[in-house]
Amino acid sequence: MTVYRFTVNAVPVQVEVPGMRRLLDVLREELALTGTKEGCGEGECGACTVLLDGAPVVSCLVPVCQVDGTAISTVEGLAPDVGMLDDLQAAFLEAGGAQCGICTPGMLMSARAYLDGGGGPDDDAIREAIAGNLCRCTGYTKIIEAIARAASLGPAIPGGSYR
Amino acid sequence: MTTRIEAPAAVVIEPGRISPGRARGAAPLRRDGPAKLTGAAKYADDLVFPGAWYGATIRSTDAHARFVALDLDPAFDWASVVVVTAADIPGDNIVSSIKSDQPILVPLGGEIRHHAEALALLAAPDKATLRAARHATRPRTESLPPVFDPLASDHVFAAYELLAGDVDAGFATADIILEGEYRVGHQEQLYIENNAIIAVPSEGGGVTVHGSLQCPYYVHAALKRGLAMDDRQARVIQAETGGGFGGKEEYPSVISLHAALLAGKAGRPVRMIYDRHEDLAATTKRHPAIVRHRTGVSRDGRLIAQDIEIVMDGGAYCTLTPVVLSRGAIHAGGPYRCPNVRIRARATRTNTPPNGAFRGFGAPQTEFAAETHLNRLAEALDLSPLEIRRRNVYHVGDTTPTGQVLRSSVAGEEVLERAAEAAEFERLRARHDAARLLRAGSGAVPGSPLRTERNRIASGIGLALAWHGAGFTGSGEVHLASVASVELTADGRIDILVASTEIGQGMRTIFPQLVADALGVPFESVDIAPQDTAFVPDSGPTVASRTAMVVGGLLIQAAGRLRAGVEGRTGGTFAATYRDYASAHGSLRIDQRFEPYPGVGFDDATYRGDAYPAFGWAACVASVDVDLDTGEVHVRDVVAADDIGRVIHPVLAEGQVEGGTLQAVGYATIEEIKLRDGRYLNDRLATYIIPTSLDAPRITTILVEAPFDGVPHGAKGVGELPMDVGAPAVVAAIAAATGLWINDLPASPERILAALTGVDAVAPLRPGASEPAHAAGSPGSDSAGADR
Repeated sequence: MTVYRFTVNAVPVQVEVPGMRRLLDVLREELALTGTKEGCGEGECGACTVLLDGAPVVSCLVPVCQVDGTAISTVEGLAPDVGMLDDLQAAFLEAGGAQCGICTPGMLMSARAYLDGGGGPDDDAIREAIAGNLCRCTGYTKIIEAIARAASLGPAIPGGSYR
Repeated sequence: MTTRIEAPAAVVIEPGRISPGRARGAAPLRRDGPAKLTGAAKYADDLVFPGAWYGATIRSTDAHARFVALDLDPAFDWASVVVVTAADIPGDNIVSSIKSDQPILVPLGGEIRHHAEALALLAAPDKATLRAARHATRPRTESLPPVFDPLASDHVFAAYELLAGDVDAGFATADIILEGEYRVGHQEQLYIENNAIIAVPSEGGGVTVHGSLQCPYYVHAALKRGLAMDDRQARVIQAETGGGFGGKEEYPSVISLHAALLAGKAGRPVRMIYDRHEDLAATTKRHPAIVRHRTGVSRDGRLIAQDIEIVMDGGAYCTLTPVVLSRGAIHAGGPYRCPNVRIRARATRTNTPPNGAFRGFGAPQTEFAAETHLNRLAEALDLSPLEIRRRNVYHVGDTTPTGQVLRSSVAGEEVLERAAEAAEFERLRARHDAARLLRAGSGAVPGSPLRTERNRIASGIGLALAWHGAGFTGSGEVHLASVASVELTADGRIDILVASTEIGQGMRTIFPQLVADALGVPFESVDIAPQDTAFVPDSGPTVASRTAMVVGGLLIQAAGRLRAGVEGRTGGTFAATYRDYASAHGSLRIDQRFEPYPGVGFDDATYRGDAYPAFGWAACVASVDVDLDTGEVHVRDVVAADDIGRVIHPVLAEGQVEGGTLQAVGYATIEEIKLRDGRYLNDRLATYIIPTSLDAPRITTILVEAPFDGVPHGAKGVGELPMDVGAPAVVAAIAAATGLWINDLPASPERILAALTGVDAVAPLRPGASEPAHAAGSPGSDSAGADR
């Protein structure tokens, strides 16, 4: 067991776990952040996508030893406050981008990284950005529409999108 | 001086409605949206039960064998592990379904009938101990000869024969007769949340099951029978459910029984959370089918006779096979007028994992065959695929093969014209035809060896039309006798009480819409109670495109009675007086039971009558690019026109059409399960592939409203309809691009290359793939219970 220190949604955390423990399990079981979902456990579906220093990663394939000293962002950190949604979440809600909701957290994190990277409302670019996130409900149509809508609203205010 | 920092553009969530003016139309925003978008929604694996153990299933590695013994390694410390075998089952060792043929666990000495069948169960306090215990458990078996070919199997789960007119006389007068054989394989529902159940022992020897499921009362019935419990001892609570598509209709009963048996023996909660591999290897799939068509037409393209033979592979146990077959048979001719029809259908048993419910429920298989065959007929007659459908599509007053007269809500022609027009079908078809003829003249395709052309992409456009009966088949709804309730509580709240589940389709949003409208109160004023069998009535399963139409209709009736009851006492409008009513008189609950729709009747014995109260109608136009070098198909655009009756919520309805369309595109092009010795080879997400955002076409949805007059709101179903029509449209587009018909789904690169090069490059992929179909079995069915 080793102690690992990193931030989750800008909150410093430390966990004492085996280094090869999956980041997904650390988030869900040690930190009780169950918003991040497991769909396949082998990096195929993207349901467990979180941001590691701003870049999307599948947390089922990331051992916790690799996140020491980094900043992790999860779906729980998107909304600015309880009872609120950020632009991207609001666009998903309005466009109908979430149905059963199980791919939604991972999908939002990939989309967040795309938007934070300056991505615009371009259909092909959005499809590329979420190609690692499987959705079985929507046919992706309304997810792409939601991301394009959020992109049209302009970049998020720096530091404002996360709690 | 303070600097005010502008908050990021965030939106305050008020229940059900946010950011006025930004939502589309008047429809409210998805009620369960905010929780799902913030990570707050609790799916089964997110639920925490202190002291819970982890459960696992010991499964067979044989397709057919005798279960001789379960060896537990004496070197392993079994002190902290619970082992459950069939001997521990207090009730019937049966998973309650249409037939009583499937055991909860194969007993010692019993017959193992498929790979991955459950033999024993283990539970341990942590995952590491559980894993070690699994490795210390060895089932001993003696192999038996398996049957993998559904055509060769002599065990018939169900058989039906539908007759109209005189088929032989019809063929005698036909100008052209075309025969064809079509095959479809397994398809996995692939909800992104795997099956997950947690069982918690309760006082008095009962159990409460929390899980990812579509049908709380199916699980409830299974627990009562298998565990010998009464109505109150067994309790089922749906957790947030990450997709179902039929895949969580029946199998959660099995897992719930397993988890409950372990929890009972361990005396503590037990979590059975399947991983993707186990979910793919062990749970139900869409039935493979072999469908043969013989069709007689007049020279001007009018159907004179249809002779259709269907064989479905039920897998090792009956599950819902009789009703899947029934729906498949009734839809097998397609939405077309034909005076002489014979449809013979049978489903047989094989030593493969049981097949079950999946969106469309038998109809996607038979309608793929019907539509592909009709497109080939159009080609043979040199008619446009659009024109042949115009000449045959059902109109009001036509009669279906079960003798059902289509009295109203018939919109096949409407959806056909809308889709064809929006997609510019005829113009693009002419263009692609010209391009194909040019290529054919160049000698490049078809029949050429592989070679890289400068223009290696061939484009095509294809059309298909489908119908889908809404609700249970035949008298199924009458047998179900569903109850839905609306309650004004003593503290002045309005509560909807139903067992219908939210699985992403939007039940939790449309039901409050319907009830609020009937009561004349705002959407936000209507709540929906959790799907917990301790509190909600049995409003039937969440399947068969029945929720909006059937249960929604019951709720409107219940709300109407509640409104009349309150207004009769108070003399004011419900909206203005219901809170006063509640404080003066207390609660008022209305239970509304299903009554047969007026003029709708079906005879189970003769299998004739109104097979469905109403049909939905769908047309699909697909545009594809086929890479002539690699055989890859890219479905570029789809126009889907769907008549679903009155639309309750346009955004949610479009979402159903788009999602169903993409599942159909996957079925048509990439989703495939190969088997070896009865074991699925595609049993991981790395090998069972579904469409990504890059594979998905741009989908244009056109909603058409031909209301069903049997329910107050005029809604029909939307869930399954789009699944029926996408695959034949894609295959027709591939044919338009290449001149080649792929009759065996999926139209994978391997099959397309084999067809392009004219070599039989593809080895038989499924049992029986190279054998001729036998004659259909005798009429009649060994099924019992309600038909869907």
